[in-house]
Amino acid sequence: MFIPHESATDLVALIHSGDLTAVEVTTALLERIERHDASLQAMLRVDNQAALAQAEAIDARRRRGEPLGSLAGVPVAVKDNMCTRGEATTCASRMLEPFVPPYDATVIGRLREAGAVVIGKTNLDEFAMGSTTENSAFGVTRNPWDPERVPGGSSGGSAASVAAGFAPLALGSDTGGSIRAPAALCGVTGMKPTYGRVSRYGLVAFASSLDQIGPFGRSAADVAVLLETIAGHDPADTTSVDVPVPRYSESVSRPLENLRIGWVKEHFGAGIGDDVAAAVREAIRTYESLGASVREVSLPHAKYSIAVYYVIAPCEASSNLARFDGVHYGMRTDEAVMRAELDDERARLEKAGDERGLADMDTAMVRLYRKTRAEGFGPEVKRRIMLGTYALSSGYYDAYYKRALQVRRLIREDYDRAFAEVDMIVGPVTPTTAFRLGERVDDPLSMYLFDLYTCGANLAGLPGISLPCGFDGQGLPIGLQLQAAPFEEEKLLRAAHMYQTATDWHTRRPELA
Amino acid sequence: MSLTREEVEKVSLLARLRLSEAELDQMTRQLGTIVEYVELIAEVDTTGVEPMAHVADVANVFRDDEVRPSLPRDEALRGAPNHDDECYRVPAVMGD
Repeated sequence: MFIPHESATDLVALIHSGDLTAVEVTTALLERIERHDASLQAMLRVDNQAALAQAEAIDARRRRGEPLGSLAGVPVAVKDNMCTRGEATTCASRMLEPFVPPYDATVIGRLREAGAVVIGKTNLDEFAMGSTTENSAFGVTRNPWDPERVPGGSSGGSAASVAAGFAPLALGSDTGGSIRAPAALCGVTGMKPTYGRVSRYGLVAFASSLDQIGPFGRSAADVAVLLETIAGHDPADTTSVDVPVPRYSESVSRPLENLRIGWVKEHFGAGIGDDVAAAVREAIRTYESLGASVREVSLPHAKYSIAVYYVIAPCEASSNLARFDGVHYGMRTDEAVMRAELDDERARLEKAGDERGLADMDTAMVRLYRKTRAEGFGPEVKRRIMLGTYALSSGYYDAYYKRALQVRRLIREDYDRAFAEVDMIVGPVTPTTAFRLGERVDDPLSMYLFDLYTCGANLAGLPGISLPCGFDGQGLPIGLQLQAAPFEEEKLLRAAHMYQTATDWHTRRPELA
Repeated sequence: MSLTREEVEKVSLLARLRLSEAELDQMTRQLGTIVEYVELIAEVDTTGVEPMAHVADVANVFRDDEVRPSLPRDEALRGAPNHDDECYRVPAVMGD
């Protein structure tokens, strides 16, 4: 047995039976992180003592004969935009470098109740804005399959940590594809649940009507266990929906009968890589061989999804990120330096007799905000705040924000029509496999277009799952996306498990240097 | 429609960001490209379509109006860059 490659379900069983201790499991994974994370940089922070203390507490419960939770002793890596009480939560931003939350996110509380060991916090694009994890203020995460390539983003650290065997499970968040895309690029399974399925309380908000927390694992069966643990209504998040949570872990292994799957012509248009298109088509044939019926469905407004997304998400972000003001928590610019600058500016303007300039000068309070935010945020976060502020500003609101919300409804209605005919839509996750580090950093629009197949599910609030369905000519993983109607996670997990029973793509592991 | 540098500078004040000269140039160029792209949505016929701000049709959620423990003041202030144990400290807002 090689602990870093074991599934979460097997580890739980071995810990329950006493064949393994939680401390043995956590120790093995901490050693793996120690050996390989200097080059991958999937983890932002790992506190060995804290992780081992959690594991010891599980072993002590077992020795005392107390009941153990559904994830007892299983290490879980957590994206660093979910609050952990008493432990730094930075969102990979200088802005939150000093921030230590006074409370746990609801998902963290649920992990602890289930006996999971939070093994560390993972890297991300700053405030979850990006598709490569290159926008982190604290270093670039590398793809375990090829360290010269991106792991995808924004939950790149979580995806890479699961692929590299640092943890069997991880949590990510998905606003436009941030779980599904890195899962595809790193060759693991990742799910964005229905909007409202998982509480967002304690998730640092990016775009509140789109954000959703979800699980990563190396199989649909493991993802099912983690989703079951974190899903469900939470009074602290008024958008979390009060509907029963199915026992995903029990139903996942039951194949679906008379499965009707749809494919979308728009998914195979310009921009998709040949290897990706071929692997997805082959996966559709696999479903046919498993008894599924296949038909074409149409999502006529899908081509507008990126444009709609890059209005709505920045608008919501510009509003959400207004809270980072250098006053309540997080960093603040050096006040003495700021005052000296203002004094210099005033003296210069007075000397020049520039009345207008003097009248327009920032007050000390406004300059404190502006300078703190200029120093605390990276370029992509600034870009999105600017874009959102512009689109919401007087005179532009109707043309951008309001119209985007109207097209959003049309996108949702397309899906509703499709799901009246089929159980799920099968297609690609990303247009290509992992590209090279640095390749798109100077071209924001080409980066945004990488979300083409994923952001529709966020706009419509649907669940989607990404699972490995092959490799390209360079040995890089290719992802398959399944999307279904709201609250049909169970169907997606069962369908994903059917595929993983018929294929072995999800069992391939990268060779770490 | 592309953005002017003056507009970008004005938006940077609204957004409470301070951009360097080089950042203003780059931002003007990049935002122009992105805005041009998102104007794709102008071609969609949206007559009579209700804007969808939120996918879940949820109404306001209220809880009972009862006093509950909240975050203690010292914990709320602990993360503040500058405080005096009672309040957050900021530069004088009115005349200094």
